[in-house]
Amino acid sequence: MAMIQKHAILERSPTLLLVTSLLVVTVGGIVEIAPLFWLENTIEEVDGVRPYSPLELKGRDIYIREGCYVCHSQMIRPMRDEVERYGHYSLAAESMYDHPFQWGSKRTGPDLARVGGRYSNAWHLDHMIDPQSVVPESIMPKYAFLLNATLDGEDIADVMSTHRFVGVPYTDQQIELAQADFRDQADPDADWDALLERYPGAAVGNFDGQPELTEMDAIIAYLQVLGTMVDFSTFTPAASR
Amino acid sequence: MAEPRLDEATGQTTTGHSYDGIEELNTPLPRWWLWTFYLTIIWGIGYTIAYPAWPLISGATEGVLGYSTRAQVADDIAAHEAANAELVSQLVSADLSTLAPGDDLHRYAVARGGAVFRAQCSQCHGAGAQGAKGYPNLLDNDWLWGGTLEEIAYSVRHGIRNDTDENAHYSEMPAFGDILEASEIEALADFIPTLATGGGSEPGATLYADNCAACHGEAGKGDPVGGAPNLADAIWLYGDDRASLIETITNARFGVMPAWGQRLAEADVRAVSTYVHALGGGE
Repeated sequence: MAMIQKHAILERSPTLLLVTSLLVVTVGGIVEIAPLFWLENTIEEVDGVRPYSPLELKGRDIYIREGCYVCHSQMIRPMRDEVERYGHYSLAAESMYDHPFQWGSKRTGPDLARVGGRYSNAWHLDHMIDPQSVVPESIMPKYAFLLNATLDGEDIADVMSTHRFVGVPYTDQQIELAQADFRDQADPDADWDALLERYPGAAVGNFDGQPELTEMDAIIAYLQVLGTMVDFSTFTPAASR
Repeated sequence: MAEPRLDEATGQTTTGHSYDGIEELNTPLPRWWLWTFYLTIIWGIGYTIAYPAWPLISGATEGVLGYSTRAQVADDIAAHEAANAELVSQLVSADLSTLAPGDDLHRYAVARGGAVFRAQCSQCHGAGAQGAKGYPNLLDNDWLWGGTLEEIAYSVRHGIRNDTDENAHYSEMPAFGDILEASEIEALADFIPTLATGGGSEPGATLYADNCAACHGEAGKGDPVGGAPNLADAIWLYGDDRASLIETITNARFGVMPAWGQRLAEADVRAVSTYVHALGGGE
């Protein structure tokens, strides 16, 4: 029997076939799973990336709830056209506190990885209420209803604890002050110094122009921090990675 | 199970499987297919040697060709910059006011600026620079902060009323809802459109002179140094209907533009300013 016909041995013995297929699948599994145990070495160390502030974290939950990721990616690939349009390509570290990450896989709308600071709060508000009022050719749905949902931040400390459980390094102090920080970030009369010390670079202010704290405040706070944590004027990523 | 036998019609042997007298031919895979399959395996091994592939404990194999996506994108950008290097260095060092429509540098700046505008500016100012409520039209010759090329470049570079650039243009109209009575605000809303047409009446005229003229001017012509809009023309950023005017006077407006000098290359700032200046309204 030629070598080419030896497979007949495997194919005629169900037990042998099962055992050998398991072996083959195990090799594939090890190759895919084992590197995850050394995940640390795949994420380069980058200054500036911090956990989300309570309000940003809530905004992120709303982003996920509304399925924004279905049309918007958060992943600028290392290609010239993308870098010129959206800014510096995304680094793994920039989404290391995202559970789950929002890289997405489809761009019906533009990539949002570096949308923070690119537009004014007022623009985001106009755009959320009626996207076509500022971008007539847009096909984005209207999200004006976010203005109607008020927030009290009652559960935000629990949400942060859950994130801490899966590895986001929130401090005890951050969790203790969660609800206060949650309210203060969108309160124009609040003292933001301590908040900004805990969450450097957070966008602060009354995002939606309403006296109440609404889901609109949360989502704009989240959008305004996206991609702004790493200062690329001082940080140069490894040339080859 | 029957013994394999030679099937005379096809010249192939059978597998020996037989069910109700139906037998199965043991036709081998076509040789060309089989050898292609083996070649792809060999190719795959070669590929993982040539390119980054195998994960290791602290990193991954780099591949003998030394390819990396980051180096690739850096090369692409460098090659693109090298192709335009001469024009870019001229643009970055040029005195913008000396750029004349028709010369090569101006044509390059307008083309490059158009690309920047469509990617970065069109979301607020519109794909055709026509603007929207709250976002100025850049096609006309009405400029809040000045319409010469240098003034446009300053606005692009530093932005307007943002928190990130301390040299950003800044002005803030008071919210007159805290200062005036509702009836006074209504009188002002009735008076302000008459700055253009004439025929304004009291008490609006006095209220205007007392509260608004310091920034917007006696005749409502505005002041591009302080960013006070011209109220005596037909161009209205937030609408000139009575309800919009009352809203504007009561709560004031606070339009913000990011500082693009922090996000774009110097050549891009200059190019997009030249583009905007060349749209028709540049002074």
